[in-house]
Amino acid sequence: MQPGELIASDQGARPAQPTDLAAAWATLAQVMDPEVPVVSVVDLGIVRDLDWQAGHLHVVVTPTYSGCPATEVIESDIRDALELAGFKAPQLERKLTPAWTTDWITDSGRERLRAYGIAPPDGSTSKRSLLGESPVIACPQCGSAHTEVLSEFGSTACKALYRCCDCREPFDYFKCI
Amino acid sequence: MNNKTDLIEYLLRLGDSALIQGQRLCQWCGKAPALEEELALMNVGLDLVGQARNWLEYAAELLDDGRDADDLAFRRDERAYRNLLLVEQPNGDYAVTILKQFLYDAWHLQVLSGLSQSSDERIAGIAAKAVKEVTYHLRRSGEWVERLGDGTDESHQRMLAAIPEVWRFTVELTSADDSEQRLCNAGITPDVAHVATAWQAKVSEIFASASLPVPPAPSYFYLNARRGLHSEHLGILLAEMQALTRAYPDATW
Repeated sequence: MQPGELIASDQGARPAQPTDLAAAWATLAQVMDPEVPVVSVVDLGIVRDLDWQAGHLHVVVTPTYSGCPATEVIESDIRDALELAGFKAPQLERKLTPAWTTDWITDSGRERLRAYGIAPPDGSTSKRSLLGESPVIACPQCGSAHTEVLSEFGSTACKALYRCCDCREPFDYFKCI
Repeated sequence: MNNKTDLIEYLLRLGDSALIQGQRLCQWCGKAPALEEELALMNVGLDLVGQARNWLEYAAELLDDGRDADDLAFRRDERAYRNLLLVEQPNGDYAVTILKQFLYDAWHLQVLSGLSQSSDERIAGIAAKAVKEVTYHLRRSGEWVERLGDGTDESHQRMLAAIPEVWRFTVELTSADDSEQRLCNAGITPDVAHVATAWQAKVSEIFASASLPVPPAPSYFYLNARRGLHSEHLGILLAEMQALTRAYPDATW
């Protein structure tokens, strides 16, 4: 319920039709990552596919990291959002293959991360970053490339901790994986 | 033993090792020597526990006896666990913790790389995901072995003292039993000889730059984790890990 919303609402009363796939995608584009609430699960490439199976919407999702503690929350948020939009009892399938990669984060997702203060993953998952070269990352606050890595593991498993040597602010970097 | 029993045993070995190592890392929570290391230890532990869940979920499905991954993690007795002896050893001081982590990571990465090519699709999927995370784990633990081994006099002494604490358990990392050999012949698991060679090469490389001597390869050790014969440390760890589940068996999250 949002302030000002009618208590009686017909939202969700009209069952969704197979022609409403675009609406389903639009709905999911509003489901935000619980840890970084400026990027959606679509921006992050967590939602892989949507189709209709046996009268229910079938959603294919992929977990980001093996131990991501938000996996269940994200799936439950996806389910709630779809139910509210009229898609009754959506079927969620958790697909491990192909493995999630930061390559799937959209350009707009990367921009939103940067605006939020998290440096987005550097280009594509070239093996370089996985084999021991820390990339030179621009500070999301002041843009300087004069930054250094403090720790390969930051506030969450998916992020590393960097520091800007110019504006002296620490920031998270979304690791390439 | 048919292939399914072999497979379950192998999945338990992978899952239990990741679970127990995750639990050991948790024991540093709030007490790590530096803030950045605290974050790193907890994040590595979280990755491992997540991987453990993936392996144990598959094992539970194959067992098909009503147990789920949580039951396997929290309700088995010590003799039923198949984790590596290495990971159940106590954390000791930070030198022991880092050395243990590095030796495990170097093995883990090789095994996961091999499993990404497994003829079992589910295993290949889980491994392909895990191998990227473990690449970061190994990078960190290897760098710390170098930093401590080739650091101050004190850190170097502590690393030297840490080696005999854990080295004898590494015999498990470079050997396979009949069950695992059968899985390898079926294309499900990687060739142990290949894993062993790659592991030894990595250890030699990092030890050299850390100014640490590589001990002679360990031979026979009287305990056998593949048959549930663990060191005395596992029981104590499990008592703590399972206390809550056993106290409130009907609890739900």
